[in-house]
Amino acid sequence: MLQPPTLPTNYTVKHGHIKTSTGKTIRSEEMIVNMGPQHPSTHGVLRLEIVVDGEIIVDCIPHIGYLHRCFEKHCEHMTNYQQVIPYADRMDYCSAMTNEWAFALAAERLLKIEVPERVEYIRVIMAELQRIASHLIAVGTYGIDSGAFTPFLYTFIDREKILDLFEMTCGARLLYNYIWIGGLSHDLPPRFIDQAKEFVTYFRPRIKMLNDLLTYNEIFVKRTANVGVLPKEVAINYAVSGPQLRGSGVNWDLRRDDPYGVYHKLQWEPQIGKGEMGTVGDCWDRHIVRMREMEQSLNIIEQSLAVLPEGNVQAALPKRIRPEKDAEVYVRTEASRGELGYYIVSDGTASPFRVKARGPAFVNLSVLPEIARGSMIADLVLTAGSIDIVLGEVDR
Amino acid sequence: MEFIQTIFANELFVAVLLSIIPLIFIIVYALVVLYTEMKVAAHIQDRVAYMRTGWHGVLQPIADMLKLLQKEDIIPAHADKLLFRMAPFIAFVGTYAAYAVLPFSSIFIGSNINLGAFFLVAVGSLVVVGILMAGWASNNKWSLFGGVRSAAQMISYEIPTALAIIIAVMITGSLNLQEVTKFQDGGIGNWVIFGGPLPWNQKLMVMPFTIITFFIMFVASIAEVNRTPFDLPEAESELVQGFNTEYSGMRFAMFYLSEYANLFTVSAVVVALFLGGWSSPFGSLMSGPVWGIFWFVAKAYIFVFIQIWVRWTLPRLRVDQLMYVSWKVLTPWLFFCLLAVGLILVI
Amino acid sequence: MKKAMTPQEIQDILKTKFGDAIIEAKLDAPQPWIRIAPDKTKEICFFLRDTDTIQFDYLSCLSGMDYNNGTLGVVYHLASMVHRHKIVLKTQCTKETLHIQSVSAVWGTANWHEREAFDLYGIVFDEHPDLRRLLLPDDWEGHPLRKDYKVQEFYHGMKVPY
Repeated sequence: MLQPPTLPTNYTVKHGHIKTSTGKTIRSEEMIVNMGPQHPSTHGVLRLEIVVDGEIIVDCIPHIGYLHRCFEKHCEHMTNYQQVIPYADRMDYCSAMTNEWAFALAAERLLKIEVPERVEYIRVIMAELQRIASHLIAVGTYGIDSGAFTPFLYTFIDREKILDLFEMTCGARLLYNYIWIGGLSHDLPPRFIDQAKEFVTYFRPRIKMLNDLLTYNEIFVKRTANVGVLPKEVAINYAVSGPQLRGSGVNWDLRRDDPYGVYHKLQWEPQIGKGEMGTVGDCWDRHIVRMREMEQSLNIIEQSLAVLPEGNVQAALPKRIRPEKDAEVYVRTEASRGELGYYIVSDGTASPFRVKARGPAFVNLSVLPEIARGSMIADLVLTAGSIDIVLGEVDR
Repeated sequence: MEFIQTIFANELFVAVLLSIIPLIFIIVYALVVLYTEMKVAAHIQDRVAYMRTGWHGVLQPIADMLKLLQKEDIIPAHADKLLFRMAPFIAFVGTYAAYAVLPFSSIFIGSNINLGAFFLVAVGSLVVVGILMAGWASNNKWSLFGGVRSAAQMISYEIPTALAIIIAVMITGSLNLQEVTKFQDGGIGNWVIFGGPLPWNQKLMVMPFTIITFFIMFVASIAEVNRTPFDLPEAESELVQGFNTEYSGMRFAMFYLSEYANLFTVSAVVVALFLGGWSSPFGSLMSGPVWGIFWFVAKAYIFVFIQIWVRWTLPRLRVDQLMYVSWKVLTPWLFFCLLAVGLILVI
Repeated sequence: MKKAMTPQEIQDILKTKFGDAIIEAKLDAPQPWIRIAPDKTKEICFFLRDTDTIQFDYLSCLSGMDYNNGTLGVVYHLASMVHRHKIVLKTQCTKETLHIQSVSAVWGTANWHEREAFDLYGIVFDEHPDLRRLLLPDDWEGHPLRKDYKVQEFYHGMKVPY
């Protein structure tokens, strides 16, 4: 069996000496603590091994893999490309529609299928509703991390309305199996458009209420401003994407810069962090980017509902999906957490040869040791919360 | 109290009786405040809690107590057994001893000592010892963090508390809490927060400072009790329950009880010093020995309610921001108020 | 000045600078790719990142591959935020010579991606600062995503095959 090269994985704890006024020296030591796989304000099963000097963090080593479910190995044993969609759902379970869409998009590019325009608009509506739902979870749990227990329940009330819309369409609240290769599994039910319009009018003032309650609260600002600052160059070097990248001031949104779907036909703006309350790229910036993105998603949904064309919801697909031999494609989409990419390689048979899922949370989490050094333990909780990870996506 | 002493000649018996009455009060009050906290939290969060046991869940606190009483008593293997067992009781003793000097009514005060306010501040430090013991004895790095942070926080916030007490005492002229309350008797105008029973020109000048002092004391007392926004040692998302983590069953219940009892204590001290204690705000209307108990408990309870309200609204402060608030904001303001009130009273 | 380069231009520049390290290319595929030598990846990637006209500053994805003919490989998907062009790089190594030069010095994100490739395929990345297993337990045997992987019978006394 192959042995890895021996490299410093065990951190050697540094000892220091503090001189007291009487001339004696007291031995001081750094402490290794575990923010274990089970967290109270859980973002999933993530283990952070922290080396602390008092309250200051000297190093932070994330250990992941507690939720590894072998997605990529499963894909190689599917008998059909369509069978992968339920597995893709379960990777980022807080944002399932975007997962499905990214995979369906990759398969469609591989097979060179065009989907009807109605399908494109419905996919956009579903993805944006899903983005709002996912950001609501992020914002709610971020409130709990900082000690405000109430916004969590308010965001979940709003999220229930979105889940009602999803349940009406495809029967499921969390894991949908809705966006299929070549189209959708069901068409929209008759009441969907009216109920979605109601939701848009209902939710807009709620964003303002959440901002008043949490975002602009003095204590929250003090906790999150100038904390966990992610500089622009580090962000790009670490391939960070999504609200975390935009919070650092980089104007990059894959919906506009690598277009897919019908985003180019709609009016919306990517939201950038400007360092309003502290430095550019601090936790507050990431938070406000998420809040503002929810509003932009509402705009997108409104416009799509107004121009939704009629048509089929399934493209003409061959009976067995068999791409050409050695065809490969890498498709990247803007999921709720950032750049979700699927790299599919086909070998001419009906099952994929290799599927690699590039999860945004996986990459966003790798930057945590860089930005956590030098901060305090309480800041680490908020920094990790502002990255908005979902362990299903980190571990796949 | 003298009335009771005339009935029972035995002094020891009287002392025991007087110390049991606040204990009964604490237990009954704990059930009530538990219910209040859950319901207030639920309504702030747009949900209802506790609807099934009894009408709207009024019997639920009893169910909670029964549950805690019958839980398994787990002591971690490598914990320091003696300290682990002692810690909840020491924390409770620190809180409970303060009830000796709270003036519940004009005829009832546990111990009418001349240094009531001083005794309060001194005995309140015992809670810190209890919490430190709990954090250390749990043999858990996170509990240790919680315990040490809590100790730092409570010690820091005793300074503003003590200074605020000094200001109130300066106006009323006595450390004896019963005297302080008697001084404020006679209606809402006589309360220390509005300047106390001074001539109107002094009163007008003193009033802004006493109002500021009152607010600062209230904030410092929330910090003393380890409640949000100052609950970093306790309910931090990284320390499951801070120093409480390894405690289960009745020991946990003791910490909980002492936290709620402390809530009432600090509210009661604020009320006794600044808001007239057991005296009725309407002067002679609705006043008397028994009405005194009602007014005292009701006023203290309003502040308990406000503390619960604040807990479910605000996020929590980080440890260094806590310290900053105490040392660099509250204390300088109080020194300024102290100086101002002192000057006004002298001139 | 921002200008997107075509894959042909990128390949020409690379060939003039690195010569033999550029093994083959397929530029008419929907996503054109260039195969490079496994021991020169770091140099080539530094060049691609730091040259002003190319500036591939974003490593989108780094995937391990098992080509089922005795070779393993790595596929790099690069993008440039400045010039808005993309390219795919590939390297290959056999199952005996498992060494590919690491690019974690070029892009910080490659650190975790390469750890994952090592974990699931067994490819050893030279000069990687911390090469150990990422997703699987540290004492797992074998590299699961290889085509010839046989799952181990017992892991710490627990029966593994379902």
